[in-house]
Parts: sequence; C-alpha cells; structure tokens
Amino acid sequence: MTEAAERLRQNLVPLLFAAVCAAGIAASEKSGAFYANEVIARTARNALIVLSLVIPIVAGLGLNFGIVIGAMAGQIGVVLVENQVGLGPGGAPEGGIQGLPGLALAAAISVPTASVAGWLVGLTLDRARGREMIAGMVLGFFANGLYQLLFLLLAGPVIPIRNPRLLLPQGTGLRNTVDLIGIKESLDSLAKLRVPLAEGGFPLLVIPVATFLVVLLFAAALAWFQRTKLGHDLRAVGQDLHVAEILGIDVRRKRITAMILSTVLGALGQVVFLHNIGTLNTYQSHEQVGFYAIAALLVGGATVERATIGQALLGTVLFHTLVTVVAVVGQELLPDRPQVGEYLRELLAYAIIGITLAIHAWKKAREARRSS
Amino acid sequence: MGDLRGRLGDAVAALGLPRILIFAFLVLTWLVAALATDLPLPGLLRDSIVRTGQNGVLVLALVPMVRAGSGLNFGLPLGIVCGLAGCVLAMERGLAGAPMLAVATLVSLPCAALAGLGYALLLERVRGQEMMVGIYVGFGAVALASVAWLVAPVTSPDLIWPVGGRGVRYLVAVDSAFAVSISVWRPAGIAALVAVWLGACALVALFSRTLAGASLDAAGQNERLALAAGIPVRRLRRLGVILSTVLAAFGIVIFTHGQGLLPLYKAPLLMALPAVAALLLGGATIARASVWNAVVGTFLFQALLASGLPVVNALVHQSAQSAALKDFPEVARLIVANGIILYALTRKG
Repeated sequence: MTEAAERLRQNLVPLLFAAVCAAGIAASEKSGAFYANEVIARTARNALIVLSLVIPIVAGLGLNFGIVIGAMAGQIGVVLVENQVGLGPGGAPEGGIQGLPGLALAAAISVPTASVAGWLVGLTLDRARGREMIAGMVLGFFANGLYQLLFLLLAGPVIPIRNPRLLLPQGTGLRNTVDLIGIKESLDSLAKLRVPLAEGGFPLLVIPVATFLVVLLFAAALAWFQRTKLGHDLRAVGQDLHVAEILGIDVRRKRITAMILSTVLGALGQVVFLHNIGTLNTYQSHEQVGFYAIAALLVGGATVERATIGQALLGTVLFHTLVTVVAVVGQELLPDRPQVGEYLRELLAYAIIGITLAIHAWKKAREARRSS
Repeated sequence: MGDLRGRLGDAVAALGLPRILIFAFLVLTWLVAALATDLPLPGLLRDSIVRTGQNGVLVLALVPMVRAGSGLNFGLPLGIVCGLAGCVLAMERGLAGAPMLAVATLVSLPCAALAGLGYALLLERVRGQEMMVGIYVGFGAVALASVAWLVAPVTSPDLIWPVGGRGVRYLVAVDSAFAVSISVWRPAGIAALVAVWLGACALVALFSRTLAGASLDAAGQNERLALAAGIPVRRLRRLGVILSTVLAAFGIVIFTHGQGLLPLYKAPLLMALPAVAALLLGGATIARASVWNAVVGTFLFQALLASGLPVVNALVHQSAQSAALKDFPEVARLIVANGIILYALTRKG
C-alpha cells in the first residue's frame, strides 16, 4: 500500500464524518457564521472532558465510561463555591469568592475529590480486567446513586449547604437547576475575541480565547506527560499487560494512576463546561457527559485501543459540528417536532459508540481465532 | 434429628447462605412493619408478590443467554421495544385487557425473534465483548423506538397526543388483564399474574430438559468439549440470544399489565439493570444461571424493594426528617441494583 493510501485508511473515520458535516451544512438554510459560532462555543466547553479520555485508552483500559464520576467531582466543587455566593439586588452575585477566583476555587476543590474518586474507580476496574468498560459504566450508575444520596438527602441536614439559591425550600436537597451566577462565564469573558465577518459588524464571530488557551495548556501538558517515564510505562501497560509485568512495571498501580489522572481531568473539564453553560442541572448535567465525550473522541478517529490528543481535539470539533447539523436538519425537516432532533442526537452518539465497540470486538475475536 | 439436620443442610446448600440471610432480613422487615409501623402487612406482601410477577419474566429472559455462554443480556431493551410495539399495535386496534395481552404477545414474538436473530449474528462476531456491545444495542433500540413513537401514525384516542398531535403520547395507560385498576388487585388477578410468570418459568425449565436445551447448556459451559461432541455451538448460542429477546418481549407485555402503564420513550433504557441485579441476587454469575436463580432472585429483589423501602420510610417518617425523604427509594434502588452488578463484574474468575 502506498503511503498516501495508508494515511487515508488511518483517517477514514474523521474524513467520513467531515464529509457528512459538509453535506449537512450545505443542505441546511442556516448561515456558515451560525455554524462557526456554535461549533466554537461547543468545542471550547467540551474539549477538556474529551481530552480526559485519552490516558485510559493509552493505558489499555479502553473507553472510560466512568468519566461521569469525574464530572460529579467537578460538580461538587462548583456547588460548594456557589454555596458561598449570595444573591444580590438585580440577580447579581454578592459576597463570597466569585468570578475567576471562584472558578479556580471550584477547580481546586474538585482535584482532591476527583483524585480519591479516581483511585476508587481504578481499584474497582482493576478487579474487572477484560471487562473494564462495562464495569466502568455500571460503576457510573452506582456512583450516580451515591451522588443523589449526597445532594438529594444529605445536602442541608448533614452537609452544610445553607444558601436558599441552592437548597430546596424544605431545607433538604439541592434544587433541580442552579444558576451559577458566581462563576458563570468568568473564564470565557476574560478574553473574548469578536471578529466581524462582514461590514457593519454583523455577523460576528465570538471566540473565547482564554478558555481555548486553557484547553491548549492541558493538551500540551498531556503531550509532555506522555513523554515522561510514567507516560511510557502507561503505554507499555496498555500494549501488553504481561510483558509490562515482566519488565518490572507495577501494572496494577499504573492502571490506577491512569484512572486518577483521567478522573481529575474530567472533573476540571466539567467545571469548565458548567462555567460556560451557566446552569447546573444538579441531577442530570453529569449523566450524558460520558456518552457525548466518548462519541466525540471516536469521531476523531480514536479506537478502543488507540487515541491521541489530536484525535480528541479534532473529534470534539467534528462531533459538535455533527450534533449542530443534526439538530438544525431535524428542525428543518420536522418543524413541529422539536424532540425528534434530541432523539436523533442521542441515536447518533449511541450508534457511533456502538459501531466502534462492535468493530473493535470483531477484530479482537478474529485475532483470537487466528492465534488459536 | 440427624436426618433433619441433613435435610436442612441440603436446603441451605440449594439456596446459598446469602439468599437465606436476605430472606431472614425480609422476614425481619415484615415483623418490624407489623409491630413498629402502621403499614398494613397484607398490603406489603401483596405488593411484593405483584411486583415479583410483574418483573419475573423479564428476569427469566436473561437465563437462556447466560446458559448459552453469551453473558448477561444487557441488550434486553431490544426485546422490550418489540414487546412495546406489539402493545401499541394491539391498543391501536382498540383492544384492552386479556385480548390486548394475547394479541400484543402474538404480534411481538415474530418481531422479537427476527430482531433477536440480527442481535445474535452481531454478538457472534463480537465474542468476548457481548455485554458491552449488548448495552449499546439496547440503547440504540430505545432511541430508534423513541423516534418511531413520535412519528407513528396512530389514531386511537388511547394512544395519541391529546391536542392535535401526531405520534404516541408519553403516558399511555393500559387496561390490565390482571388488575381491576393499577391499585386494585383481587386475589384472582394476582393468582393469574403469578401463574403466567411461573408458567413461563416452567416452560424454560422444561426446555433445559430437551435435547436442544441440554446442548445449549453444554455449548455454554465448555465450548471446546461441546464442539468435540459434535454440538453445533454457534447455532445454539444464536438460539439462546433469540430466546432471550423473545422472552424479553413477552416479559414487557406482562410488565405493562402489572404496572398499568406503557414504558415508552426513554423508560426502557436502563430496564436491563434491575433485571440483571435480580438474577445475580438469585445466585447466578456471569457464566452460570438457572431458572431457579431467576425465580428466587426476582422475589427477593422485588420484595426487598416493595417492603423494605416503605418500612424504612415509615420508620424515618416517625422520626424528625420526613417529606424530603420521598426520593430515598429511588436512590436506594440505584445503589443496590448497580452495587450487585458491580460485585458480580469484579469477582475474580
């Protein structure tokens, strides 16, 4: 096979999705500027979570469905920060640590929380070797139960949440939705680039430069990390458990480390995500995180066994273009059924993940048959 | 005396110590309910039995696939969606009660068999990752069905959106073949529900005694040995998956008649999880399951939820905290069900 053909084969998945996106954009009535803004905003808020999925794949743990646990840890940080920000006149935040320092505090709280959670995830998944993905998913559901216990039943009487903005009137449990007035868009608005695309300033392209810088910073750190000794060890573990063991690598410990790193990055990703959205759906914000992030990574051309930082970033852009296109096309085809678009988006994510998993398992089964 | 002890030992061995402990806990719960709360004990027992009958076939549906060596069927929603399609079709024809149950079953079985065949062919190609792929087959089926419900050209006033809508509405009430209404259960209705469940269990148990059933078990327990004995392993595994999907379709038809509502749209998305948890609670593992595990597991799991949670609620209610704890049952269910599955997935071997 020539080099060009080999490159094409390797990038078939992102190329395919790019073609679908282009066709959808061409067919829809919305302007290019609308898509550009939508995709920029969505990429800025989702990229970190998608990046958090790279390490477990490199370390051989597959797609980290347990990333919802990282998202929960991030939400704990956000809730604790919002708790000490009062409601001033005209809906403005009042008192407490708010704005960018508030966001930093939320991130700082979520790091130790996510480290402990990630350690527990790693311990559990190491006991489920060969079944890490399904175990991670069930672990996510299980943790969701604990999360609800924490925020629905213990917040108020046991956990000192006193802010009426967060607490339900009866004094137990958090509200379904909490406006994040304390940290909302504090990073985004730090440096926002507004580029007029035509004379007269409209349409306008809005780029949250500061958020993108944070994303790039983490991407660079991740790239550096993969070249360190620990990064090389993780790769060795991911390539072959037994060989790594013979080489004297403490496989169990490295796998747990991989999960801790992923969970912490996921928590930070969720903090950034929420700060951009500006509202916390206390009991739902974390649930879909895993599915959409994983689907995004896969659209970028990653597989269960191979993922790079580039694929994560490319996948985020492509997946969110795709999601926007599907929503718009769904709306244009069936204007009276707004829910259809939502179901189609879910179907899309499920299909992408399901098909990738099937192809991966198919390949594995064939290899196993050939070697036996 | 020694004979009695021997027989007792046999009974303990057949049930397994964990299940005896859970049963003892259940009895304790009932005692507490009778003595320390004002909950009516007959009501708790009735709820436990109704919920067992209502969920029993769905749990039973998992058994053939485990026995065939394909693991826990997390793709249960595939069969469930087929069963729901049968229910919608029957109700569109204006049927209710027992005729609706019969027609829905008859319509959904071939549909589920076909879907099960496709599912089986896919699973055959992804040997070793059946559970993970299965969960996505289930998700995909539910998302696809959701779009189908939204655009389905139904006309029956029982199904359609009330005001000038198209498609099936979110909450569709079912005229139960067993109960007078959702809350009014007569003994005859309960007996009929339990009879249908146990009948299905007996059929699956009888199937294990046939040549095909015995070969299926052999294929699941030791593939190489079965192949050496000339058993068509792949075909039998396919049969196991199809049986599981068909039983899931029938299971949801029974479920709707117990619950009195059609679980449309996203409702079936995670229905495999409590079913799997019940089977595991009954003593099954990822590699081994029997009808007996399904029967015992369904009863213990559902009785725990149906009587344990109200009793805890009632006890807490009498103390300080009250209204805020109305969500406790749902949370406890999540933790218990997924905890059980997690335990089974992380066991060595």
